Amino acid sequence: MMRLLSVLISGIISWQALANDQVINADTAPTVDKHSAVLIELVQKLPVTKLKKLPVLVEQLASTATLKNTKKTRDVLQYLVDGELYYIKANKHVVRAVNGENKTYTLTDILADETFAPVNKSKIKKIKTNNRLRGEIRGYIAKIDLSSSDKNTRIDAINQILSNPSKPGLSAVRALLATEQNDDVRELMNVTLLTEQLKHGSHAEKIAAIKQIEDSLQPVVKNAMTQLLDNLPTNNKSTEEKILAANLTKAIKSIDGKRDLFGYLETIFFGLSLGSVLLLAAIGLTITFGVMGVINMAHGEMMMLGAYTTYVIQLAFPNLIEYSLLMAVPAAFLVSGFVGIIIERGVIRHLKGRPLETLLATFGISLMLQQLVRTVFSPLNRQVQAPEWMTGSLQINPVFALTYNRLYILLFSLLVFFALLMILKKTSLGLHVRAVSQDREMARALSIKSDWVDAATFGLGSGVAGVAGVVLSQLTNVGPNLGQAYIIDSFLVVVFGGVGSLWGTLVAAMSLGSINKFLEPITGSVLANIIVLVGLVLFIQKRPKGLFPQKGRASD
Amino acid sequence: MIVNKAGSPLYATDNIKPDTRHGVILYAENVSVSFDGFKALNDLNLYINDGELRCLIGANGAGKTTLMDVITGKIRPDTGKVSFGQQIDLLQLDESEIALAGIGRKFQKPTVFEALSVFENIELSLAGDKGIWTSLFHKLSGEDKDRIGEILDTIGLLTEAHYPAGRLSHGQKQWLEIGMLLAAKPRVLLVDEPVAGMTGQETERTAELLTSLAGEHSVIVVEHDMAFVRSIAKTVTVLHQGSVLAEGTMSEIQSNPEVIQVYLGEDGDSEPKQ
Amino acid sequence: MQLSTLFQKSITKLSHLHIVVGTLFIATLYVTVCNLFFTEGSLLHVSNYTVSLLGKYLCYALLALAIDLVWGYCGILSLGHGAFFTLGGYAMGMYLMRQIGDRGVYGNPDLPDFMVFLNLTELPWFWAGSSSVWWMVAMVFIGPGLLAYVFGMMAFRSRVSGVYLSIMTQAMTYALMLAFFRNEMGFGGNNGLTDFKEILGYSLQNPHTKLALFIATAFALAIGYFISNYIVNSKMGRVITATRDAENRVRFVGFKPEHYKVWIFVVSAILAGIAGALYVPQVGIINPGEFSPLNSIEMVIWVAIGGRCTLYGAIIGAIAVSYAKTRFTAIMPEAWLFGLGGLFVLVTLYLPKGIAGLLANLFDKLSIVKVDAAKGDIDKEKVADAEMKS
Repeated sequence: MMRLLSVLISGIISWQALANDQVINADTAPTVDKHSAVLIELVQKLPVTKLKKLPVLVEQLASTATLKNTKKTRDVLQYLVDGELYYIKANKHVVRAVNGENKTYTLTDILADETFAPVNKSKIKKIKTNNRLRGEIRGYIAKIDLSSSDKNTRIDAINQILSNPSKPGLSAVRALLATEQNDDVRELMNVTLLTEQLKHGSHAEKIAAIKQIEDSLQPVVKNAMTQLLDNLPTNNKSTEEKILAANLTKAIKSIDGKRDLFGYLETIFFGLSLGSVLLLAAIGLTITFGVMGVINMAHGEMMMLGAYTTYVIQLAFPNLIEYSLLMAVPAAFLVSGFVGIIIERGVIRHLKGRPLETLLATFGISLMLQQLVRTVFSPLNRQVQAPEWMTGSLQINPVFALTYNRLYILLFSLLVFFALLMILKKTSLGLHVRAVSQDREMARALSIKSDWVDAATFGLGSGVAGVAGVVLSQLTNVGPNLGQAYIIDSFLVVVFGGVGSLWGTLVAAMSLGSINKFLEPITGSVLANIIVLVGLVLFIQKRPKGLFPQKGRASD
Repeated sequence: MIVNKAGSPLYATDNIKPDTRHGVILYAENVSVSFDGFKALNDLNLYINDGELRCLIGANGAGKTTLMDVITGKIRPDTGKVSFGQQIDLLQLDESEIALAGIGRKFQKPTVFEALSVFENIELSLAGDKGIWTSLFHKLSGEDKDRIGEILDTIGLLTEAHYPAGRLSHGQKQWLEIGMLLAAKPRVLLVDEPVAGMTGQETERTAELLTSLAGEHSVIVVEHDMAFVRSIAKTVTVLHQGSVLAEGTMSEIQSNPEVIQVYLGEDGDSEPKQ
Repeated sequence: MQLSTLFQKSITKLSHLHIVVGTLFIATLYVTVCNLFFTEGSLLHVSNYTVSLLGKYLCYALLALAIDLVWGYCGILSLGHGAFFTLGGYAMGMYLMRQIGDRGVYGNPDLPDFMVFLNLTELPWFWAGSSSVWWMVAMVFIGPGLLAYVFGMMAFRSRVSGVYLSIMTQAMTYALMLAFFRNEMGFGGNNGLTDFKEILGYSLQNPHTKLALFIATAFALAIGYFISNYIVNSKMGRVITATRDAENRVRFVGFKPEHYKVWIFVVSAILAGIAGALYVPQVGIINPGEFSPLNSIEMVIWVAIGGRCTLYGAIIGAIAVSYAKTRFTAIMPEAWLFGLGGLFVLVTLYLPKGIAGLLANLFDKLSIVKVDAAKGDIDKEKVADAEMKS
């Protein structure tokens, strides 16, 4: 939610900025300001300057980067690095040229963004740079970025320097370290400088650097250390070298240990993420199968309906993709819940006490629903878009990131779980459901309308399945077979957890997800799937009532 | 005999006979069973003599049915020892092995094989090899048929021999189950509420039948109908809260102050007193 | 006394056997004659395509028989019988693969094409012997039988039953499907085994081979029916029926129901495996898709529609539904899943005894008077007999 909010806010801000920009442009477009004039003058010198003298000119160019002109200077430097800066042979006018169609080049004026007609390659000439110069230019660009007010631009710039160190870049980092306000950026700057110190410093400096960055997870740091260690002579080390080697080995070990730890955390996160999907898929079943004792083989299709509801909503409101999921959750609940109630009233209640027949009939319903979707929407998969706030990831450190969609789904599944728990434990519907599931006759005698309770419970379970479908639409393709893929897994989760136990379902889903993800790197995903399946079958044979068996007579 | 590939038991009736040199056929010593904290049987001790007819009485929840479940292997006790004769440890055997060893049981709620005919119900219950291959190639011998005929006659279901058992009345099912018990020729019969749902006349016949069985068989009867118990019992055991409260003849039991206290209720107005 | 009634009973039971095997024989003969002696265009001609199609239906019928044996008589609703069918099919497929010899695309005399494609240099150990017919026959029995035995031992011994068991069988076939989709399994991955050339030295393209396969399937079905019929009418069958209705009571009578269940499950799996083995040369391919849980469920609906607990019902159901499927998927493929789904619902709601139940009702109405009169006589005789004894 927080992120959604921030997206909204930043959206508004950028919209305002855009509007301002337009105003400014309108004002300043006809007259070129003073800094731009200097920049243009310097740029026009490029074609007539020899390569040897170019660094000086570039330095002058870079120094034009003032607050107002930062972007333009940076653009020019970027073009230069990318080899997009040309001059027209006829008049030595410097332009930006981009390779177009049919060996022609599209030319743009570097400042006014004026586009000229495409020209043949022979009419223009590239402004040549060499490797060293490009390195320096990158440094200047980094320096400009490092002065940016946006934290992420600064971090990107430092990362750039970290992986591609250049003198100007490093000196820029060194210069700006003292004034940097943000802790994260400063930390990264430190790592950059220390890595440099590790590579090129004196012995004492190296040792000091190792001590300071031995807990850094930046891949560059570890690479630098490994490289340094590998470059030491294998035999006949001097005392200094021995000390250095020992320190390096220790530091690498500590870094590896940390990486492993975060590796585990990542696997656990993936496991929980898979678990949350299983939980969502199975929790509706816990209600219909676990509490009511009805086998609903069309449960997967209830999820499928939920996923298609999301698709339809995005189709109907193409401008509101950001909010589509928020709308889809209640809509899917209603659609699937409604279909569920129809199934219960139309078929299932006539098959009370005949579980195997219920299984077959609901399977038939699942086939019909699949075909219905195929007929209405086509048998092909449908793409459901992810809203902006579901994309991207939360970078906790260089080796550990949580993708937002998985994170939200995990949180959402827990939300649904606790909501259901509350409904069953605290509301009168929940009370009636539990009463009817334990002793139908007695509940009736207490004037509970058991028929109504059955329909409502089934609708609730199916509705939750629909909500699960909304979530699935964010993870997999939406197609007619979406539900089938989950039905066996869902049943196994419910049985593994202990039929009728919500907590059991939670534990079962999460542990199955984690087991699966821990096995995957060892065995591959298909084999992991098979192993989990076989393991579950064996478990059910040992303990047919699952992890958390329901006590008392109701469970017999 | 074809050796049983599926590993069905040695036929206890053929190979091992319960050792009854001490005159006791069924030992239950220090047996305790608890369900979720509730003690259904509490350090119970019971000895059934070879050939005797014993009645078990007690209020609901006193542990009568649980005791039967323990003897027939349906429930494993938490502690204690149950043996058939001196040497056959019943706790090592499962339900079918115990049945083959010679302990038959009639359930409180009559359970028969509803899709099979009355005749077939008895046929399946006949003592003999219960292994897979024997069943597959089994042919009814003339002797078997005679025996089934005899039993059907005893339980009065001759005319219904080829009816599906599911179509029988409640009382008839009771009789059929008794017939199935007889067909198995057990050494010990556990009979849970045999006369529930029977008419007065049928009850009388049941009493007659059970008394006639004693001697050759040992019979344990659980029954709430006190008139019936009085009519058949020589020895009565009273269970209370999972252990034996008193044991003796009907008149001894009825004059036992403890029994009067707990079983008949403090005001002594409970029904079974007649 | 009861001897006469038993005899009477076996007459009625036998007559079912006679009718089914007789019908099967006549139908097979008819198809054979019409295929061989009437030319194309003739009214009575049965095309080679139809022969193969009928052969396929008969495989399904045998499979349905196998399912009815465990579901109808023993109450085990297996949603994984497709696994046994497919395993039998793979055993046959492996044999047929080896018969291709060097006529494959890669022309390798020892290795089937897909192995060459996967850069294998020698046969995996579990393919050893697969070029022999006897190996194939043995594997058709051992593959499905062993799987059923292991699964049954584990499930029935721990007294898993009902819906749980059904879901476990479904998980079993699902796991097998995933496994067989992997190339590393060495069974051709998702393409499966195909491009067969000949069986026992006869070309599979030859119409006479197809006809022979059809006749062999009819023969297998007749034997399968005979065996199933014997089992359900033996004392074994009665124990199994009793287990279905009151498993605990069966224990207290001294039987071990789990052993009986495992046994019938294994027999059923082997029948399914044989059906699969006969199916593969007639359709020319076996792939992991056959393991799909949907297939197994479709098989169950054959039995449900035909009428479970009657062996002939299973056969009728399998053929009727398969025929409907062939017709529907040709005319309007869209409608088939609606139709199949609808069948599931309608049959469970309104026709719990299936087509066989309908037929029985019809027969009853036609012959109710006669049967009752006969029964009365028997009863009287029996009573008289008994009275004389006592």
